[in-house]
Amino acid sequence: MSKETLDLVHQKLNEHVHGAIISAELNFNFPSFTVQHDRVHAVLKFLKEDADLNFHFLTDLTGMQTTDEKHLGVIYHLHNMQRNMRVRIKTFFDINKPEVPTATDLWDGANWMERETYDFFGVRFKGHPDLRRILNVDEMDIYPLRKEYPLEDQTRDDKDDYKFGR
Amino acid sequence: MSKKTTAAEEKEYSTLNLGPTHPATHGIFQNVLKMDGEIIHDAQPTIGYIHRAFEKLAERRPYAQITPITDRLNYCSSPINNMGWHTTVEKLLGVEMPKRADYHRVIIMELSRIADHIICNTIIGQDTGATTGFLYLFQWREYIYEIFEAICGARLTTNISRIGGFDREWSKQTWDKINDFMNRFPAALDEFSRMLERNKIFMDRTINCGPISAERALAYSFTGPNLRAAGVDYDVRVASPYSSYEDFDFIIPVGTAGDTYDRFMVRQEEMRQSFKIIQQAIKNMPSGAMHADVPDFFLPPKDQVYNNMEALIYHFKIVMGETDIPAGEVYHCVEGGNGELGFYLISDGGRTPFRLHFRRPCFIYYQAYPEMIKGAMLSDAIITMSSMNVIAGELDA
Repeated sequence: MSKETLDLVHQKLNEHVHGAIISAELNFNFPSFTVQHDRVHAVLKFLKEDADLNFHFLTDLTGMQTTDEKHLGVIYHLHNMQRNMRVRIKTFFDINKPEVPTATDLWDGANWMERETYDFFGVRFKGHPDLRRILNVDEMDIYPLRKEYPLEDQTRDDKDDYKFGR
Repeated sequence: MSKKTTAAEEKEYSTLNLGPTHPATHGIFQNVLKMDGEIIHDAQPTIGYIHRAFEKLAERRPYAQITPITDRLNYCSSPINNMGWHTTVEKLLGVEMPKRADYHRVIIMELSRIADHIICNTIIGQDTGATTGFLYLFQWREYIYEIFEAICGARLTTNISRIGGFDREWSKQTWDKINDFMNRFPAALDEFSRMLERNKIFMDRTINCGPISAERALAYSFTGPNLRAAGVDYDVRVASPYSSYEDFDFIIPVGTAGDTYDRFMVRQEEMRQSFKIIQQAIKNMPSGAMHADVPDFFLPPKDQVYNNMEALIYHFKIVMGETDIPAGEVYHCVEGGNGELGFYLISDGGRTPFRLHFRRPCFIYYQAYPEMIKGAMLSDAIITMSSMNVIAGELDA
């Protein structure tokens, strides 16, 4: 089922949203696409509005930072409930220019999920109606889930790896 | 020359702070309401009062130590969160689970679903002025917590089961308690149903209160009982079964109007269906092992730890959290008390997740709250919130 979803979505996206896909893969039976960050809105809109694919439900929207710490990403999980197909759309962009178009015009539920992503990663969603912090205090001036902010005080040495044989 | 104004334009709205520590909101939520007399004109929710940075904490913790974090998401049904996390890791590891462990998990998950729905439904009763049902059914929630206590020693934040299954067979006392529960709970639930389900006062109070249409609910990414109350028959247990749910025969109840009464009725019926699932699980309990063959995650029995070198090594590796997980990216979801509880896990091959995101159903559907209470009375806003079952722990992560 999932392999067919991958092929179907891949073929449709190639036909209708030219050159948006960077890569496509199957992760634990979950079709996953990486797309250009300036084309992501067109991809989402097509996936939602195409009558055959009909990915009408936004399951999840979240952010991440790549391992090289130079890029941020936004990950969308979409769901077609009637045919029980799921797809993951990922998009990556420079951490110094973290801008991606909003999905709030497609799904109302994207509102708080995008605010959360902004709150923790500093991704600016262009066109979002109310892009404020949501879980952290308004006065906070960092984006806490970025890897540059380690969880513990780095001057501590009682938890150094070598003391645990690591 | 002054412009003539109509009465509507001259109207002044008053601002009312509902919360953050209002006793009727059952948790720390703030809503700044713009009121026109008793009618709500607009609402502005503020959340994050008990934010505990779970996603950041998870990036420093070995996999087994993340289970206690999941307890504190929806703390009314912690075991479902625990199992959701364990099944996520098992999916990443590619573990083949024995049926017996799966069935035991199903029993626990359905018991906690009943406990979760008991809280929600009795509190709807409480907020409409029927305290009796609340106190009466709460002793059954207490009884379910005693069952959890007999299995794992904890009541609310359970940390129940392990990655790969259970640490041991359930004791005779546990089974006695479960059987006692199975014998006596249906009568109590029926009595509660008789008290409220066709009660004229209750129906007048809840029908058409805080409704949401199926289209709007889907647009707001609703899941769980709140979506089903609006008439969409989506349930993760059926759509993408986990933990052998495909073996069980049960019905997904749906509502039509998506109002408080429908949400109440959907949860009532779900309790009965959960009860039916537990009956089937007990009746068809397969024999076999209580845990999968994952020595990297499963604490070996103590007599082996003391007498066998491999067991000792595994014991220390697990306790110190020194087990590396294969790199990969997995999304797994379970049907929590409130809807699709998702775990989006990215592993870079280390001992801790590279990134872990919880899809918290509460957080996602609570944003529809202002739309649902617009134009309603203040007292309707209170029961709408109770019937949505907004849990502060899950909302704020």
